Amino acid sequence: MELFRSTILICGGTGCTSSGSAKLYERFEQLLKEKGLDKEVKLVRTGCFGLCEAGPVTIVYPEGAFYSRVRVEDVDEIVSEHLVKGRIVQRLLYHGSVDENNQVKALDDVDFYKKQKRVALRNCGVIDPENIDEYIAFDGYKALYKVLTEMTPDDVIDVMKRSGLRGRGGAGFPTGVKWSFAAAQPRGPEYKKYVCCNADEGDPGAFMDRSVLEGDPHAVLEAMAIAGYAIGSDQGYIYCRAEYPIAVKRLEIAIAQAREYGLLGEDIFGTGFNFDIEVRLGAGAFVCGEETALMNSIEGMRGEPRPRPPFPAVKGLFGKPTILNNVETYANVCQIILNGPEWFAAMGTERSKGTKVFALGGKINNTGLVEVPMGTSLREIIYEIGGGIPHGKAFKAVQTGGPSGGCLPASMLDTPIDYDNLIAAGSMMGSGGMIVMDEDNCMVDIARFFLDFTVDESCGKCTPCRVGTRRMLEILNNICEGKGQDGDIERLENLAKNIKATALCGLGQTAPNPVLSTIKQFRNEYEAHIYEKRCPAGVCKKLLSYVIDPNKCKGCTMCARVCPAGAIVGKVKEAHAIDTSKCLKCGACMEKCKFGAISKK
Amino acid sequence: MPDMKDKYLQLDEVIAKNKGSRGAVMRTLQEAQQIFDHVPKDVQIKIAEGLNVPLSEVYGVATFYSMFSLEPRGKYVIGVCLGTACYVKGSKNVLERIESELGVKAGHSTKDGVFTIKDTRCLGACGLAPVMMINDDVYGRLIPDDIPAILEKYRAM
Repeated sequence: MELFRSTILICGGTGCTSSGSAKLYERFEQLLKEKGLDKEVKLVRTGCFGLCEAGPVTIVYPEGAFYSRVRVEDVDEIVSEHLVKGRIVQRLLYHGSVDENNQVKALDDVDFYKKQKRVALRNCGVIDPENIDEYIAFDGYKALYKVLTEMTPDDVIDVMKRSGLRGRGGAGFPTGVKWSFAAAQPRGPEYKKYVCCNADEGDPGAFMDRSVLEGDPHAVLEAMAIAGYAIGSDQGYIYCRAEYPIAVKRLEIAIAQAREYGLLGEDIFGTGFNFDIEVRLGAGAFVCGEETALMNSIEGMRGEPRPRPPFPAVKGLFGKPTILNNVETYANVCQIILNGPEWFAAMGTERSKGTKVFALGGKINNTGLVEVPMGTSLREIIYEIGGGIPHGKAFKAVQTGGPSGGCLPASMLDTPIDYDNLIAAGSMMGSGGMIVMDEDNCMVDIARFFLDFTVDESCGKCTPCRVGTRRMLEILNNICEGKGQDGDIERLENLAKNIKATALCGLGQTAPNPVLSTIKQFRNEYEAHIYEKRCPAGVCKKLLSYVIDPNKCKGCTMCARVCPAGAIVGKVKEAHAIDTSKCLKCGACMEKCKFGAISKK
Repeated sequence: MPDMKDKYLQLDEVIAKNKGSRGAVMRTLQEAQQIFDHVPKDVQIKIAEGLNVPLSEVYGVATFYSMFSLEPRGKYVIGVCLGTACYVKGSKNVLERIESELGVKAGHSTKDGVFTIKDTRCLGACGLAPVMMINDDVYGRLIPDDIPAILEKYRAM
């Protein structure tokens, strides 16, 4: 085996690739070669480190120097200083990764990572996802070997049940129970069954599944093979968003490598067990995250949900018994097999075991992926791991569960997060998106935003969702435009109740949640819009008015010159004023005023 | 156009390859879109006849999924992320600035066929919010005032 004195890990996840990590890789490769270091220093393109805010991220071992926001121009310095002379480039270090004496801290001691417990993300940012040998070196395919050689299918299902693992895609159905339904269907070579993986991560703001696929694709393949053994299936399908090109590419590389090593295909480990996996691409339809819609889409049809029952475990893909689990769910399976169900069940809360990955985004300092034991409080995630709200702004709400979830206010920051607590609080786990909002975000506008999303993504099959969500959106648009009327809140609540009770699939049944939860937690904002024609956060343009403070205005005429509507009048060196009937509320005057004399109310 | 003939020959190959396989309609449409950059009516008819499925089924699939475009798209497709993380950080203002700079609304192309504006779902680069993509290039941490210079770069290309 080749030995290297240093290893450079460069994040190759979508976040860091978007901020230029591919160019860093090329530059490192070129410089190492020029300086003749390519036999001494190993360059690895890994999956996501989680701290996307600091991207592109590069870590140099053995020192563990965590370089953040590295630019191509910085690579020369890292090579000539750090790799040639052994001097860490202090100015590029992530500020949270050095202690008070300017010494580099171990990654586990960095605030962002300290409270995390990485199970599903354990290999992300650690191994090269395009090299199966690295996965195998980290106990890869050991769980599959154990299952095929030491356990019966019933044993596997029993372990999954005892672990308490619940579906990470949103609904939280117990995984072992789901598998047992499909396993109970007739088994044998003449009975076809399917194992599907939902990688159609559609919740806006959630990107954990993508990071697992990009950073540790084999963990998903191995878990699907284990599921195949448990239920008696020899064929798996991964339904992945076409918007995730890096994930698709790495999955295809991983599948090819696993086939080459005999870890997928026929007679795996010489046990007579056959299992293979195909990737199918989605084409941009949120509803395809719903299980029956996803199966229709794999069959090449419109991704419309089917009524249940029959449930997929009885009659699913191509009319055969099928299980469908989400990527993050699969990412836990091998660890449960290797470490035992008791190890997994020891983490988390009474009814939600293990860890959960959250995608922290929005108005938060450390945007990125966070994996914590279930039961961690919102406060710990947002303030201790996420580093709080930027620019000293006040926290207003955190949105969980995407378009199916709700907004939780500051009074709920100490709620331990698990499936049941979030539902009790009027939101839901969803796939784990966690969007933080500050005082500048309008909650009515956020509700309108989510409804706009659901109306756009409603497949149109059932009336409550197709028509009902549109009616709700119309009311919300009116409220945001200052045309809200007395009774609108009650009309919204009434529609919401009916849609929840009658829609065909999960998308429709949960679509009203963002509206209901914002009404519940921020009713005063709705009332301000409807009765006072005022947007307290200053977001809804039609409700704003711009005013000039005559005491601060110097009469420089700058505002009058940029105003596209000619709404600002006043003489040179005298206080100006805005004619609100002409004002378009574009905000150009406020941006240009050097004296801070213009404000919006 | 001479290369149209080539494209239809490629489409014939794709149809022949996918015919009879399960899920053929969607896969054929995806590959057809790669060849033609969009899937106009003639292409849909050809797929329906080639795969021996009703045209209504092909049209149904093509209009169901947002990735399929029935109209030709501009040379540069600008996708502004309207995922939640970008939205709360002001991506709507970025989109409005692009619309006013180009004089067309999202979902449409400029008359000269250079730009198409799209409001997209989460691109997954939430760490860089607000984000937009122009073809394969990603622009992050945007403010509306960044837009004119970025567009100018593409106009000059």
